[in-house]
Amino acid sequence: MFGRGLKRKCFDNEEEADGPPAGVRAVAPYDLQRQSLLDMSLVKLQLCHMLVEPNLCRSVLIANTVRQIQEEMTQDGAWRMVAPQGAGLAPLDRLVSTDILCRSAQEQEHGKPGPEDSTFPKGFKEDQAPDLTCDAPAVTAAQAPEHPPSSVWDLDSSRENRGSFQKSLDQIFETLESKNPSSVEDLFSDVDSSYYDLDTVLTGMMGSSRAGPCDTLEGFTPLAPAPPGPGCKADLGELDHIVEILVET
Amino acid sequence: PQPLPNRCHPPPSSLSTPLSPGERGEFRKQRPRGTQQAHHLQRNMAGAGGGNDIQWCFSQVKGAVDDDVAEADIISTVEFNHSGELLATGDKGGRVVIFQQEQENKIQSHSRGEYNVYSTFQSHEPEFDYLKSLEIEEKINKIRWLPQKNAAQFLLSTNDKTIKLWKISERDKRPEGYNLKEEDGRYRDPTTVTTLRVPVFRPMDLMVEASPRRIFANAHTYHINSISINSDYETYLSADDLRINLWHLEITDRSFNIVDIKPANMEELTEVITAAEFHPNSCNTFVYSSSKGTIRLCDMRASALCDRHSKLFEEPEDPSNRSFFSEIISSISDVKFSHSGRYMMTRDYLSVKIWDLNMENRPVETYQVHEYLRSKLCSLYENDCIFDKFECCWNGSDSVVMTGSYNNFFRMFDRNTKRDITLEASRENNKPRTILKPRKVCASGKRKKDEISVDSLDFNKKILHTAWHPKENIIAVATTNNLYIFQDKVN
Repeated sequence: MFGRGLKRKCFDNEEEADGPPAGVRAVAPYDLQRQSLLDMSLVKLQLCHMLVEPNLCRSVLIANTVRQIQEEMTQDGAWRMVAPQGAGLAPLDRLVSTDILCRSAQEQEHGKPGPEDSTFPKGFKEDQAPDLTCDAPAVTAAQAPEHPPSSVWDLDSSRENRGSFQKSLDQIFETLESKNPSSVEDLFSDVDSSYYDLDTVLTGMMGSSRAGPCDTLEGFTPLAPAPPGPGCKADLGELDHIVEILVET
Repeated sequence: PQPLPNRCHPPPSSLSTPLSPGERGEFRKQRPRGTQQAHHLQRNMAGAGGGNDIQWCFSQVKGAVDDDVAEADIISTVEFNHSGELLATGDKGGRVVIFQQEQENKIQSHSRGEYNVYSTFQSHEPEFDYLKSLEIEEKINKIRWLPQKNAAQFLLSTNDKTIKLWKISERDKRPEGYNLKEEDGRYRDPTTVTTLRVPVFRPMDLMVEASPRRIFANAHTYHINSISINSDYETYLSADDLRINLWHLEITDRSFNIVDIKPANMEELTEVITAAEFHPNSCNTFVYSSSKGTIRLCDMRASALCDRHSKLFEEPEDPSNRSFFSEIISSISDVKFSHSGRYMMTRDYLSVKIWDLNMENRPVETYQVHEYLRSKLCSLYENDCIFDKFECCWNGSDSVVMTGSYNNFFRMFDRNTKRDITLEASRENNKPRTILKPRKVCASGKRKKDEISVDSLDFNKKILHTAWHPKENIIAVATTNNLYIFQDKVN
């Protein structure tokens, strides 16, 4: 992927972003966008457990995307987690909405902890409770609560994390059977569009950005089991169930 | 269904097997030759100026008017037969509908014959794989016609797992006057039979019957995405995500695996097969495309298992356009040889590329289908549209290529004039011989009158399947559940 210093391709609808002077539309920080894309991809992979055998091509492409992000994050040093002590599970609505990803917004840096605090579960086997102060825990951050939170991760263990994450991805490929499709579909069946109000996630953010494609997106009729985007309110108990399915030990 | 064990037998040394008397025919004379060009196909795309331009007109639309689409009615494949007289569609409900062109008096008519329903049959039924606890969809993924050898028509239709050879035959006579049977089929009391009579054929109303002649099953672990009939007209290939098998049309209990890209360790899987096709003239040559944007050409004479390609077609990536979505949009959704066999066309998410088989390192032509979507890739990834598999097709003379887009738009590119046109399949242009108005999408900035802005596009209205009559300027365009037929304006 990109070496240091190379200009990174911007996400949707962005102008050149070399630091946001006041009054000029700023883009969402690259790290935040990347994290959000990662979370979205993981959700998509989870939704592969359906009644009909999942589309292998789609799964492979999403998994490759995840790997790319993962590699780049590792290079950047962004690939690490800070685990709280007894913090419990992060609520899903802390997940960054794709609004950030897809639209230009002003002053996104205000009132938001740095992206390096973002948590990302390296592997579904790992017993991580995500950092509550973080903006963008992944859906899969909802680890089984009965596992005790482990120690703080650092870069050294990231390789091992990658391995176990890799293994989880592979399990998704191998496990083509649907164990409990209805719960997955119920989980994501109602996308609450009020979620896209970002108040809970980013304080101080101006909502006056121009309409991006995601606005049009909300008017779409969902096709086939529609991916809900990373911003669904969900029953965490069902999430644990899904994680257990994915872990499949 | 249990998967077939892999049989690594070499391909049969002789591909010709005895034909049954009924199926022997003059088919070799009918083999299509790419060099035969219909004169009127040499016309240019609209807008090129002069009297030689094609103007596309609405001809017919088939399917429900309802906006509420029944899932089973979603069209999943469209294919003309070799003469263009028949047009087959397959749908998500496993049905095949065949339309036949009326034979009209061409001297007097203002347009070519209309297509009317000729036969409808249920090709595939939903199945359940008990081993994996998964449904097997009955959706028809592809239909391919065999060239006509006798009075009957044959086609191959496939869902995710099973390929079927269907015979479509006409019956317009029936025997009457049996010696031992009454007209209703009951057997006569033998004691009442005192004379001998021979049944005679009498005319009856035309009946079109479809019957499955062969069922090719249990050879694919993964989902079949392509079938392609060899130019020897005796064998065909079927491709799934990881494997390609070679079949003989007569033999259903055995197929030869000719490509296998499944890694020993599924954890290492990063690439799948997306489409495959036999060369139109060389019976030993086929190509397959991948999710990483490569096309491999293989020669079956080289070895039994064609894992090593003879040619690898791949365009180096444009570093200025690199993003996390680069690989996804480079994934090839369709590959089609030109009729001549000299070129092949590939469709990826944003473009259509024409490759010269003699040059592997880049395509000779690239056409942007909807470049304005490049800045929307993130949203299209979110709503899964980025995974839509668009098909593409050539016209009969290989001078124009066509593919679909969103908002029920479809695009044509004239390779000679380098002009392109965007048209819409919509019931608004419903009157026959209404000339279609070119459409334009406004990518950014000020939207002109009659232009549509990118944000107004309906991404639920996608045209994935199009087909071009092999000899004439007649095209079939499938929206979600309707089939549109357009013709060029004669006179």
